[in-house]
Amino acid sequence: MTVSPNSDVQIDWRSAVRTGLIGAAVALFVCVVGIVPVFHQRALIKDIISLGQTVLVLTALGIGARGARAARATGARSLLPAMLAAGIAGGALTALILVGQVINLRGVFLNASPDLYDLLTFGLGASGAWIPLVSFAAIGTLGGPVASLPTAFRRPITTAVLTLLLAALFAGIFRSAMLTTPLAATARVLFAPVGLTVIGAIALVIAFAGGRELLAYTHVRQRVSALPRVQRRVVLWPIYGVLALAVLVMPQTLGPFVAQVVALVALYVLLGLGLNITLGLAGLLDLGFVAFFAVGAYTVGLLTSTAEYGIADWPFWAAVIPAVLLAMVFGAILGLPILGIRGDYLAIATLGFGEIIRVLAGSDLLKPFLGGPRGILNIPKPIDVPPDHILAGPNQIYYIALICAALIAFVAWRLRASRLGRAWLSIREDEDVAEALGVNLVQTKLLAYMLGAAFAGLGGAIFAGLIGSIFSSSIQLQVSINVVAIVVVGGMGSIPGAVLGAVFLIGVPELFREFSEYRFLFYGMALIAMMLYRPEGLIPTRFATRELHLDATQTGGEALLPPTEAG
Amino acid sequence: MNARVVERITDGAIAAVLWAIRIVVVLLVVGGSALTLLSGQYSASTWLSLIVSGVVLGSIYALIALGYTMVYGILRLINFAHGEIFMAGAFGGYFVGTELSALGFLNANPLTSVISVVLMMLGAMVVSVALALLVERIAYRPLRNAPKLVALISAIGASFFLQYTFRGFFGAGIYAYPDIGVLAGTVPLPFITIKWVDALIVVSALVMMAGLYAFVTRTKTGTAIRAVSEDASTAALMGIDVNRAIVTTFAVGAAMAGAAGVLYGMVFRQITFLSGFLPGVKAFTAAVLGGIGNIPGAMLGGIFLGQAESIGPTLFLSGLQVPSPAQLKDVVAFTMLVMILVLRPSGILGERVSGQRA
Repeated sequence: MTVSPNSDVQIDWRSAVRTGLIGAAVALFVCVVGIVPVFHQRALIKDIISLGQTVLVLTALGIGARGARAARATGARSLLPAMLAAGIAGGALTALILVGQVINLRGVFLNASPDLYDLLTFGLGASGAWIPLVSFAAIGTLGGPVASLPTAFRRPITTAVLTLLLAALFAGIFRSAMLTTPLAATARVLFAPVGLTVIGAIALVIAFAGGRELLAYTHVRQRVSALPRVQRRVVLWPIYGVLALAVLVMPQTLGPFVAQVVALVALYVLLGLGLNITLGLAGLLDLGFVAFFAVGAYTVGLLTSTAEYGIADWPFWAAVIPAVLLAMVFGAILGLPILGIRGDYLAIATLGFGEIIRVLAGSDLLKPFLGGPRGILNIPKPIDVPPDHILAGPNQIYYIALICAALIAFVAWRLRASRLGRAWLSIREDEDVAEALGVNLVQTKLLAYMLGAAFAGLGGAIFAGLIGSIFSSSIQLQVSINVVAIVVVGGMGSIPGAVLGAVFLIGVPELFREFSEYRFLFYGMALIAMMLYRPEGLIPTRFATRELHLDATQTGGEALLPPTEAG
Repeated sequence: MNARVVERITDGAIAAVLWAIRIVVVLLVVGGSALTLLSGQYSASTWLSLIVSGVVLGSIYALIALGYTMVYGILRLINFAHGEIFMAGAFGGYFVGTELSALGFLNANPLTSVISVVLMMLGAMVVSVALALLVERIAYRPLRNAPKLVALISAIGASFFLQYTFRGFFGAGIYAYPDIGVLAGTVPLPFITIKWVDALIVVSALVMMAGLYAFVTRTKTGTAIRAVSEDASTAALMGIDVNRAIVTTFAVGAAMAGAAGVLYGMVFRQITFLSGFLPGVKAFTAAVLGGIGNIPGAMLGGIFLGQAESIGPTLFLSGLQVPSPAQLKDVVAFTMLVMILVLRPSGILGERVSGQRA
């Protein structure tokens, strides 16, 4: 233990070491689980740094910053603890490389391969084993002071990093979209086929970080919110207008691949908003959402398909209504027996339903009717247009899903303040009290469940129209988990939250197919992290924030366990 | 007044639908069984072998269910990640097993085979316990005072995180469990054919459950666990280290699940990163079936569910001319879960009304 001479607070070296050890686990994890090697295949800035290397750099910076904070050191004194913590993490990678030379770790961990070691040592292999140690220590040292910088300095750095990451991820899409326009020359300067060019990186960082600082220094936000209501509208409405326009033209301008992805995102926005009623308002955790999605999809398939198993040859729109109604009926039939049971039991029971429907859809029992794994083909598109029309292909699904999502959002928004909505909220808070106050538990819950089911059925119907066919393999537990994650990450009960959740959790992984392997890894992390640090979600409702934070302050000190007496 | 009437009519309709569902299920079960038995297309030995495989499956479910039931008893949390802890055990056992197989120890003679299986289980337990403690520390402990839904979602997150971590580590491929040739034969018994593997599985499951039962009822730590699950704050006042009791519970449950993972690998011969999910959910079903929080109940529930899954589809469905009824075993299992939750939420042995404690 060394004490710096001119300081009153002792540096807590042990905490720095502990942070280093945790950091070592994180660094080993991101390498061995394969995130670093897979991300290495994509460039952040062409020929300069790959995404995988960026992950490592950010890890090192983060460990350094946390190490310095754990050691309670600021300013220049933070350099050493930061270096120590990051050095320990880098040392773990060095150790990994050295051990990997002696023992064939690849027999157990697929990613602990020479490729990974080359990546970590810039191609030097064993002789470069010192590289991670030194580079982590060096980068981590920088992280120390960053943590104690004033906001005015930290904010532009964060903005710059985020800008680079997002721009690099979207570079290929922007580039191919711009190449067909007069902006082609600009696109070639800014974007490489994957990742950014050096000029692009510098330009974008200056534009975005600079722009944000400009906004911050001129206090635009405060000034706008200080304006009288009418004037504020004058300022904000054009901005909303531009945003809405961007949302509307997105699939038209960014090419067919992006159109497909945004159609899927819009579909999940719709599903998220549907579950938002069940989970967000009434607090019923439904892990079997896919069951109603399946009912909707198969109903549309059966009623409209012109191929085998089709029974009616109806047009798409005529089939949507029975699909939604049937999903609702299923919601009622499945919901009735289980809505008397509470909370977590309900989650498992609904999960069971999801699995039952999934197994039945693929079983030989229903194969003569639903086609089993071969599925129902030739479901007509909702709107029949020539292939070059602006409504062709996934675009029409995008618009349809958007309209339906807006409709659901409207319904949810109006319902929340209604008598029924308040009954839902009261059930979510405390069933016993709600019942004592005259809320009919089963009926109220059933309504929430059926509404959620109806919207899931609508989602399923639109999905059938998007894909043009429906197979038993489309009915997966993952669909339910996706929707739950959207609602939870966005903020339970929050409508903009569901939109944001769908964009991040569905859009981003769909756009970057090579990372899709790690999609549920990130979901898992996101769910845990949200619950630990921000249980109210990204865009919380005012209500949820107040409730969850009140809760923390009230029970923080006394209770050891969840208050079982309350149940 | 009018709203009142509507509400009562709705309540009546709900009750009618509920009864209709019950009647349909009972009719399906009774009618299906009668038709199957009357048709006589299955011989007694077929039924016997179905029962044996039900016992084998059931003892694996029972081992996993113990972890669910103990954690639920103490924290009122469905440890969603428990299925993944089980899968991790299966992988831990796999790597120990392939290593032993490569050394030639696994199949040298019956004694080394049994020792190998024990070693595999120990390896699996180490992996599972380490993982479970990590999950408890990171995903559950900070949320002990949080609303229940929050902790449950965190548990679901942990489950997916572990699944895809394992996918990242080991890939999406199928891992074939090492072949234990010595155990492939059958036990020399009259009337009934039981493979040595199956016998070994049932015996080791029974031994572990007996050990656990003794641990929980006879030792000081076990008493502490029971006290905490009865009433945590009072237990804390009596000087019991609540945190230690909780951590021990997680560790013990994970050890059982890890061992179950090895047994599962020996029966089904192949594991993937997704192997834990369905057995996990079904083991939870078994825990509910037996009465959640109740340790003998979990064992009983496991065996019961194993039987239902093994015999059920054939017994209930084949008489109704359902094609390939074995495909529908999950349907039978989950329908049973729902029926238990509706009809007797306290489970077979449970005294607590879980609907009210939950």
